[in-house]
Amino acid sequence: MNKSWISPTIDQVGVEERVTRFNTRSVKKESKMQGMLLALNMIDLTTLEGKDTAGKVKQMCYKAMHLADDIEGLPTVAAVCVYPNHVKTAKKALQGSNVKIASVATAFPSGNSSRKIKLEDVKIAVTNGADEVDMVISRGEFLAGNYNFVFDEIAAIKEACGPARLKVILETGELSTLDNVRKASDIAIYAGADFIKTSTGKIQPAATMPVTLVMLQAIKDYYDESGIMIGMKPAGGISTSKQALQYLVMLYETLGEKWMTNEWFRFGASSLANDILLQLGKEKYGVYYSGDYISKD
Amino acid sequence: MQLEILKTYKLYIGGAFPRTESGRFYKLENNKKEVIANMCLSSRKDFRNAVVAARKAVEGWSGRAAFNRGQILYRIAEMLEGRKMQFIEELILQGATKANAEKEVRQAIDRCVYYSGWCDKYQPLFGSINPVATSHFNFSVPEPTGVVSVLADENSSLLGLVSVIMPIIVGGNTCVVLASETKPLCSITFAEVLATSDLPGGVVNILTGNSKELHTHFASHMDVNAVVYCRENVEEAKAIAELSSLNVKRSFFWQKDWTKTEHENPYLIMDLQEIKTTWHPIENIGVSGAKY
Repeated sequence: MNKSWISPTIDQVGVEERVTRFNTRSVKKESKMQGMLLALNMIDLTTLEGKDTAGKVKQMCYKAMHLADDIEGLPTVAAVCVYPNHVKTAKKALQGSNVKIASVATAFPSGNSSRKIKLEDVKIAVTNGADEVDMVISRGEFLAGNYNFVFDEIAAIKEACGPARLKVILETGELSTLDNVRKASDIAIYAGADFIKTSTGKIQPAATMPVTLVMLQAIKDYYDESGIMIGMKPAGGISTSKQALQYLVMLYETLGEKWMTNEWFRFGASSLANDILLQLGKEKYGVYYSGDYISKD
Repeated sequence: MQLEILKTYKLYIGGAFPRTESGRFYKLENNKKEVIANMCLSSRKDFRNAVVAARKAVEGWSGRAAFNRGQILYRIAEMLEGRKMQFIEELILQGATKANAEKEVRQAIDRCVYYSGWCDKYQPLFGSINPVATSHFNFSVPEPTGVVSVLADENSSLLGLVSVIMPIIVGGNTCVVLASETKPLCSITFAEVLATSDLPGGVVNILTGNSKELHTHFASHMDVNAVVYCRENVEEAKAIAELSSLNVKRSFFWQKDWTKTEHENPYLIMDLQEIKTTWHPIENIGVSGAKY
C-alpha cells in the first residue's frame, strides 16, 4: 500500500503549542489594516436558520455588496451562504456583483438522509444558480469506520455539483479527535473536495485553531504530493477581527502566500464582518466606533 | 509569625477581575510616602473592552423588572455592610481619620439603600399620562440612556464612587467608571462587593488609572451614550464637553460634595434617562366620553 494513503497521527500537544505561538504574532497598523480588508473579502456571509425568509436573504445580499458605504475602499465579501431554497432569491439580489452564492446541501446540517435525497438537494442548489455547494459528511458512518461510504458519497456529490465548487464540511465538533479530523480531511480531499470546511456552525465547538491547523496541514501534504491546491474554510465561532487575523497568520505560515485570497480561503461567519467594520470605522473616524452606525444584517 | 498576604488590586470588567492588558501599573503611596499597593494603570484598550462588556449587559439589566433591580441594589448595601471593616481600614490607609472613615462607609451604605428604593418608583413619578386632542392614549416614560462612562470623584475613595454609580444603574444603564487615581483602593474592593451582589457582570465596570490619559476616550467613544465627569479639572471638562458632541453623547458635570445628602436625589437618576412618548390609538370609552 502506498504510504501516503495512510493519514498520519496528530500530536495534539504539539498542535496546541504551535497555535499558541501563532497567537503571539503582533500585527499592527498598516499590516493590520491590510489583514482586515483581506479578511472581509474572504467572508462567506451566512444565514442558515430555520426562520430565514426571502426578506432576510435579500437584506444580507445587500449587505454583502455594501458593507459600509461611508467607509471608502471596502471590498465586498466573497460569497453569501444560504439554504438551497433561498438560492434563487440570492441570485437575483446579487446580480451584477462579484459576490458568489454558496448553498448548503445534502440534508444540512445533520446529513442524515438517503443518498438519493442528498443528490437531489445538490441538484436543486446548482440548478437554482449556486456557485458553490457546502455539503456535510455522514459523521455517523465515519465514526463507525465506514470510510468507503463517506468517500463514495463525497465523490458522488462532487459529480452532481458539475461546475460548482464543492466544500466538504467535516463537522469537526463531532469527530472527537484531531486524528479523526486529519483522516476525514484526507478522505474529503482524495474524494474530490475543492474546499474542506470545519463546521456547520450548529455544533459546539465549531471552528477552532487547532482543528484548522490540522486541516491546513492535510492540504499542504496533498499539495506537496500532487501540486493540486485545496481551499480551506473555518466556519462558526470566528467573530472578532483579532481572531480572523490569527487565522490569517496561521494560513500564511502553513500554506503561504498562494492561499491568501478568497479563491482558496474563506471565513464562514455572520458577525465577523461587523466586528471588522468597527475596527475600520475607528481607523476612519479616529475614535472607538459603535455598532449603532453599522447595519446589523 | 505569619507573613502578611498583600492584596493584588486588579480591574473589574464584565464581571471578572483581569489585570490591565497593558501590563502597566503605578505605585500608590500613603501620606508617609510608603508604597501601599501597586494599582493597574488602565489603557484605552481596557476602556474599550469595558465598553464592550457594558454594551453587552445593557439589554439584560434594563430588561429586568424594576423591583428586581431594587432587590439587587439593596443586596449591594447588605454586602457593603458585611465588609464595613475592610473599607474603613482602606480609607484610613489612604489618609482618612477613623471617625471620617466610619462616617464615609456609613453614608455609602445608606446611599445604596436610598437608591435601591428608587428602582421601581422613578418611572411612575417622572412618567406621565398626557392629555391629547385625538383618540389616543398618550403616555411618556423614562427609559435608560444606555452605556455611561464616568470619571469618578478624585477626592473621595468610596462615597464619591457609590454616589455616582447608584443613580446610573438604578435606571437600567450600565457603566464604565474610572476610579480616583490617588484613592483607588475602595473602588476595587467595592467591585468585589458588586461581584457578590447578584449584579450581572458588565453592568458596572471599574478601571483604575490616569484621567489625563483616558478622559478623551471616555468622551469620544461612539458606543458610549453619556459621560459623567465628577472632577475639577476645567481643561478635561472642556475636552469632554467638546468630544461628546461627536455622537451627541449626553455629558454631565457632577462636581459635588457627596457627603451632603442633598446630592442623593432622583434628579441624578433622571439625568441619565430619556423620555419615550407613546401614542396608543383607542376607542372612546366610558359614559363621559373619556379618551383613555
